[in-house]
Amino acid sequence: MVSNVRIKDQWNEQRIFSQRTLGAMLVIGVLVLALLARLSYLQVVRHDYYLELSQGNRVRLDPIPASRGVILDRNGNVLANNEPAYQLELIREQVPNLNDTLKRLAELRLIDPDEIDDTRRVIFSRRSFDSVPVRLRLTDDEIGRFAVHRFEFPGVDLATRQTRHYPYGELGVHALGYVSAISEQDLERIDRATYAGTTLIGKLGVESAFEPQLHGHNGFRQILVNAQGRSVQRQGAYAPILHSQPPTAGEDLVLSLDLAAQQAAEDGLGDRRGAVVAIDPRNGDVLALASKPGFDPAKFARGISRSEYASLSDNDDKPLLNRALRGTYPSGSTIKPVIALAALTNHLVDPGKLEFCNGVFHLPGSSLLFREGKSGRHGWLDLTHAIAKSCDVYFYGLASTVGAERIAAFMAPFGYGELTGIDISGEKPGLLPSPEWKKRYFKKPADQIWFPGETVNFGVGQGYLLVTPLQLAHVASVIAERGKSFRPRLVTGVRDGTGHISPIAPIANPAIAGVTDNDWDIVVGGMVGAATYGTAAAISKGATYAIAGKTGTAQVFTVSRSEHLTQKVAERLKDHAWFIAFAPVEAPRIAVAVLVENGGFGASVAAPIARKVMDAYLLRQTSNSNETAIPESEAAD
Amino acid sequence: MEDTGYARTRRTLFSSARLLSVLNLDGPLLIGLTLLALYGLAILYSASGQSIDTVVRTVVRLALGTAAMLALTHASPNFLRRIAPWLYLLGIVLLVVVEVTGVIGKGAQRWLNLGLFKFQPSEIMKLGVPMLAAWYLHDRPLPPDWGTLGVLAVIIFVPAGLVAMQPDLGTAALIVASGALLVLMAGLSLRIVFALALAGAGAAVLGWHFLHDYQRARVMTFLDPQTDPLGAGYHIIQSQIALGSGGVFGKGWMNGSQAQLEFLPERSTDFIFAVVGEEFGLIGLIGLLALYLFIVARAVWMATQTNDTFSRLLALCIALTFFVYVFINAGMVSGLLPVVGVPLPLVSYGGTSVVTLLAGFGILMGLFSHRKLVGS
Repeated sequence: MVSNVRIKDQWNEQRIFSQRTLGAMLVIGVLVLALLARLSYLQVVRHDYYLELSQGNRVRLDPIPASRGVILDRNGNVLANNEPAYQLELIREQVPNLNDTLKRLAELRLIDPDEIDDTRRVIFSRRSFDSVPVRLRLTDDEIGRFAVHRFEFPGVDLATRQTRHYPYGELGVHALGYVSAISEQDLERIDRATYAGTTLIGKLGVESAFEPQLHGHNGFRQILVNAQGRSVQRQGAYAPILHSQPPTAGEDLVLSLDLAAQQAAEDGLGDRRGAVVAIDPRNGDVLALASKPGFDPAKFARGISRSEYASLSDNDDKPLLNRALRGTYPSGSTIKPVIALAALTNHLVDPGKLEFCNGVFHLPGSSLLFREGKSGRHGWLDLTHAIAKSCDVYFYGLASTVGAERIAAFMAPFGYGELTGIDISGEKPGLLPSPEWKKRYFKKPADQIWFPGETVNFGVGQGYLLVTPLQLAHVASVIAERGKSFRPRLVTGVRDGTGHISPIAPIANPAIAGVTDNDWDIVVGGMVGAATYGTAAAISKGATYAIAGKTGTAQVFTVSRSEHLTQKVAERLKDHAWFIAFAPVEAPRIAVAVLVENGGFGASVAAPIARKVMDAYLLRQTSNSNETAIPESEAAD
Repeated sequence: MEDTGYARTRRTLFSSARLLSVLNLDGPLLIGLTLLALYGLAILYSASGQSIDTVVRTVVRLALGTAAMLALTHASPNFLRRIAPWLYLLGIVLLVVVEVTGVIGKGAQRWLNLGLFKFQPSEIMKLGVPMLAAWYLHDRPLPPDWGTLGVLAVIIFVPAGLVAMQPDLGTAALIVASGALLVLMAGLSLRIVFALALAGAGAAVLGWHFLHDYQRARVMTFLDPQTDPLGAGYHIIQSQIALGSGGVFGKGWMNGSQAQLEFLPERSTDFIFAVVGEEFGLIGLIGLLALYLFIVARAVWMATQTNDTFSRLLALCIALTFFVYVFINAGMVSGLLPVVGVPLPLVSYGGTSVVTLLAGFGILMGLFSHRKLVGS
């Protein structure tokens, strides 16, 4: 203070002070204007934008899954429906001591003691107020055990959720398909928004092909959430108006399947590998579609374990393979009625003319010999008897006469080598060979030549020809309807929420042209012969209706001199057994194709299965008068 | 004395004006502060999730502050000048104590637990620094010369540094701001102001290296909140959503989804400005800012009426600092300024700032009412 030379100038200070105060007020004004500009920008210009953000903050859409459509057979039996499954859920913040609780649950064998650590990790990965499933799919026993001890477990509770249930287990699994958890691949093709809240999606079969109808439309519920994501009732002092939309349940599907026929087909196959397809020839309705071995679809709906899946996919018997649609085999002698029709239509055979079978066929202009399959020599027989007795020699000659091109051209409209167009996916087209096909298929000129011997083999269904059981059932139904052809189908109607069934009209294919009634009579007569006095005579024993049929034996491998084969391999090299049939002959209502892998001779293994299926369908239907309302179009004939 | 005051108020309207003058209170300023406090309580009730408890505690703090204000209106400029160095010294000692206990307790330590209530020593310095600066400038010719500025720099930056070490950058900035404002009002040459601004910018670049990570993050986040939407940017994003979604008229009292559903962090403390904007809209904010501006304007006017250097500088500093608080908080909440922990004066919940602010206004009223007694 002493060193201060300047003295205070009150007037000057007052001046400075006033100036600075004025300046300060100006600065304040500018700053306030800047603030107001900023606030106006946020609250007026960008209001809509921020309003939407705040709305997104506070409202969460809670999806309400639609209940999946039920699947019924033609008589209204439930083949697939939804059942509540019970699970244990835990809310961490309501559990006084998590470790004790988990230990006690393990003691009660409600959770796996080895999974306590994993379970705890899962619980802590979720928010404290989330209800976390700690155990899925409780058995009735476990539900009971938990109920008794419930008071010990605050914060742990039973929860239900809908899961798929197949009342008949494995029955018809290859037709129905199954549902399982939505996979990464599924997510790529479905609309995530429509599937929010859905846990299961159809795989294979009807469940997959009719997924959009079965799934329905999920509803939603708006819920108010706070910043932690916790659902709250009120926003401050007020309860806001929240919207919700109820789900629309999926549509129920009415299948053409007949439970009894399906059951008979699967029982008939038993432990064998094979397939059965039965079709109503009047409209293409698939009455039975079986492929054995099968698998339990419930495992997939529940969540299949890696080892369970491996045991299915690595199984030599290939239970996951749908043999009815995807198994391709040589047709064997089941081709003979069609070859006969080809010859008749082309006027290249005199059906009444007797031919002599001495057990061997000499291909003209060649040294090759073609032998009779099993039954030795047939002696003299006409076309009808050649079909009935399944005479290879007769058909070697017939095929040679008609020629491979004409045979292939005639067979194509029956659906050989083409997808039948059944309303579930996955079917294979098989192969209808022809000289023209060979040129297209093979690259080397040497391989492109169609040999006369191949035509001979064609006549008995060996060689390149490959068919699926579904295709042969379709062929049988076309013969039964004498050329009328319908696209095979599993779903015949859709039932809405009110119980009203909207039928789906059958789809007709172009009919087989150029075959006279007389030609049909001859061939059907041959098939009736096969089922009465021919190769499958045993099938008609005790039958109250007339059956037309045809056996077939598809060579897998020539086993003549393979002595060192193990028994298992030998079994796999045995011929496949075929049988196709339809009944009643005068007004066919069912056409069947049966394939038994490595079954040997068609008549002994495959034919009885076909009979069982026909019995199950025809006899039960005549006793039960409540038949589905399908017009008996053929009844007037 | 207060009992008789109540009795008089009831008797006649005129006597209330006399009462005010007896209590050395300024009517318009008191009305402004009262309206602000009431507005603040209404918002706080909503922002705290309808917590009566919070409101009651705030009322208690307001009462404490009012008591401090009533007491300080009677302090004469001479008395204040006398105690200024001691108050400052007390503040420094307490800051050091807090710093030491903070080192022992590991982590941020801003509080001094006095048993009955917690006390933030940095609050003392919000008044202590301008008081000592005004005390120092009182006898010196203005505008201040270089030597004087050097001393002032020490007066300002020693406590500010201690507070910054706590670390409480917000309060440190406010202390520096109040000191700087005072020096500015004392007529600091504008050329020096610009030079200092440049130096400050340089210091900021240098200082960047001494900042804690979270302090750096705050600055970075201010520049672009979207870089860290769930971390440091969350505050800014959510407060802007609250403000923006409030629109012109707001969502209504106790009906702001951002505030009520806790999306807005610090909703009853540092970010309560956003609650006003969400529930009462732009209208509500303009009303709030109008109240603040009225208080600031009245306080500045009162400062201009005083007639000694100490009073003028201190009164103006208190008035302007009050505005600085408002602007920093509103600027932070609306995204104009980085997030610093500065409460909205007299509205934000918690802390001892309510007491300090009202004490400051008490000093201001005292300086105003004692202006003629001092004379020149």
